[in-house]
Amino acid sequence: MAVQPADKRMRVSNWGRYPTVEAEMISCTNVRQLQSIVRTSESLIARGLGRCYGDSSLNGKIVSMLKMNRIPSFDESTGVIECEAGVSFAELIELLVPRGWFLPVTPGTKFVTVGGAIAADIHGKNHHVSGSFSRHTRSIVLMTSEGKLVRCSRQNDPALFWATCGGMGLTGIIISASFQLLRIQSAFMAQETIKTRNIDEVLEAFQMSQSWTYSVAWIDCYAKGNSFGRSLLFRGEHASEERVRAEGLKGNPLELRHAFSLSVPFDLPAFVLSQPMLKLVNAGIYGLRKSGMSQQFVGLDEFFYPLDRIHRWNRMYGKQGLVQYQFVLPKATSREGITKVLHEVSNFRYGSFLAVLKLFGKQEGMLSFPQEGYTLALDFPVSKELFPFLDRLDRIVLEHGGKLYLAKDGRMSKNMFAETYVQRRVFLKTKRRTDRRNLFQSLQSARVGLS
Amino acid sequence: MKWLLILGASSDVARAVAHTYARTGWNIYLAGRDVGSLAVDASDIEIRYRVKSSAIHFDALQPKRHDSFYKSLVPKPEGVLCAVGLQGDQLRAQQDFRETASIVGTNYLGCVSILDLVAADFEKKKSGFIIGISSVAGDRGRASNYAYGSAKAGFTTYLSGLRNRLNKSNVHVLTVKPGFVFTKMTEGKNLPALLTAEPAQVAADIFEAQHRGADVLYTRWFWRWIMLFIRLIPERVFKRLSL
Repeated sequence: MAVQPADKRMRVSNWGRYPTVEAEMISCTNVRQLQSIVRTSESLIARGLGRCYGDSSLNGKIVSMLKMNRIPSFDESTGVIECEAGVSFAELIELLVPRGWFLPVTPGTKFVTVGGAIAADIHGKNHHVSGSFSRHTRSIVLMTSEGKLVRCSRQNDPALFWATCGGMGLTGIIISASFQLLRIQSAFMAQETIKTRNIDEVLEAFQMSQSWTYSVAWIDCYAKGNSFGRSLLFRGEHASEERVRAEGLKGNPLELRHAFSLSVPFDLPAFVLSQPMLKLVNAGIYGLRKSGMSQQFVGLDEFFYPLDRIHRWNRMYGKQGLVQYQFVLPKATSREGITKVLHEVSNFRYGSFLAVLKLFGKQEGMLSFPQEGYTLALDFPVSKELFPFLDRLDRIVLEHGGKLYLAKDGRMSKNMFAETYVQRRVFLKTKRRTDRRNLFQSLQSARVGLS
Repeated sequence: MKWLLILGASSDVARAVAHTYARTGWNIYLAGRDVGSLAVDASDIEIRYRVKSSAIHFDALQPKRHDSFYKSLVPKPEGVLCAVGLQGDQLRAQQDFRETASIVGTNYLGCVSILDLVAADFEKKKSGFIIGISSVAGDRGRASNYAYGSAKAGFTTYLSGLRNRLNKSNVHVLTVKPGFVFTKMTEGKNLPALLTAEPAQVAADIFEAQHRGADVLYTRWFWRWIMLFIRLIPERVFKRLSL
């Protein structure tokens, strides 16, 4: 069947709903169709479920990969799986958990695709132990700007492999990838929650939790004085079969239990996220927990994807949308830098609903975000005052040797990017090999000088 | 375990039907021209549903090979879905008979050729079902696509006759008439969202109608009423309309 040039123009934005673009959206089901699109286009970007926050997958022409969602191979004895780019983590969990396998690395939402996971080289709560998604990726099949398929791995064209992992889809269209899954005995997590009284305590708690596979902390951005930086640190391990039995649960331990979920039906008005409200909510989250350490036994959804239970929670930030600001700082400067940022945030009118802190380990990849140190993620509703404020935060991040996460970004300056992503030149050199025509572009790549 | 044969297995509706049946334990033969891509679909189905699935080359436009194609299937299927279809280009068809020949050759002759072989087998076994995907376009000729529409009208009538013949042999024939569906075939066309179905909905309707033993299925359901209305318009009036 001939491919008809689709003319479906629509307004597209990603999870933060800022920025938006008027785009031609083409849905692709097979390689041949994709080839003819690639060969007849001048500028495009591939897109999955649109869970990046900013403009990483926005362009005047967007190719949706959601219909390329087959699983060409899966070895149930070794846990090596090959997926086309459009396969979502949500469907993989449904399929794999009952068979005793789990994703090696997962972000805080399961509504991402395999293609997106590689393009953003996503990380999870286990980065300090397991690294990012690229560490578990064995090979990637990519379509070049000439419509050719190339396969890359650590052995076969490692430069292309390390440019593509974290390369934001700019080296070519990710067609499929094979990666190593993680063995699990149950669909449950053994969790511990540690209530820390200030910033020093939480950093210390991270150090003491290094042997735990998963760890993450929620910071109350509004606590002042002695309580500045008070947090809840969650750490966890996959529960063994014995542990599940000990909890008194009958039946198959690998059976998924679906958590109760609800939906935000419309854009909430601004006062919901006003400072007094946020203070209240943050104090509530903190205050409800017992002091010291407590233990919980929870399902995978509750541990990994608490926010997925509130469908379309991005609407809480009103119709202007939100910006998620996530940066990483080297360990040596983390305490000082995070303290400065949190001081700025607590004085800013439109505060952050959630602040998530996480310790990173070692990392490879030319544009991959993680680096040894601490990362902090903050959410802000979009407003006029926000952008100059974020520029101030940028300076703090820059002065402390850190950088921003491209998958969350929709506003970083070209200069900020050039100063912080030190491997960008070697990335661009590698990109030119598979993208001679500079076909693969996004609003973000044009803005930060990656095209 | 039972096998379902899907002819024209690359179409979006065919793929959705394959998943719907595999989910309930059916093994699936995927037949079509692009065996390389269908082999990936077959692996995907085996991995997801733990059933068997294989890809076989089949070209509706080569009826001479249909006999050896059907003979090669071991075991024989218990059910067949014919999802072969080619929209074609109406304007080209009006000027170039070869386009019309390929539209009719695909949508009518190619389907009849293979389904005759299937029918003979099922008639002998006195069991099985045949699902033919026709189209609401076959219910009334329109200027914009009557080459396709007339081929589908022929196919609808063929299925009706086949049903009449196989009724006493305990073989169920289901005629499916989809309205608008979001597929590769309709990509780029401006379809009214309220009247347009996702392939998965169409597949669920087909699965349900086959189990219910229905003769003719309009999917989504409101197309039965839309087409009733369209057929009731007198030709005198209809010829002046551009629908």
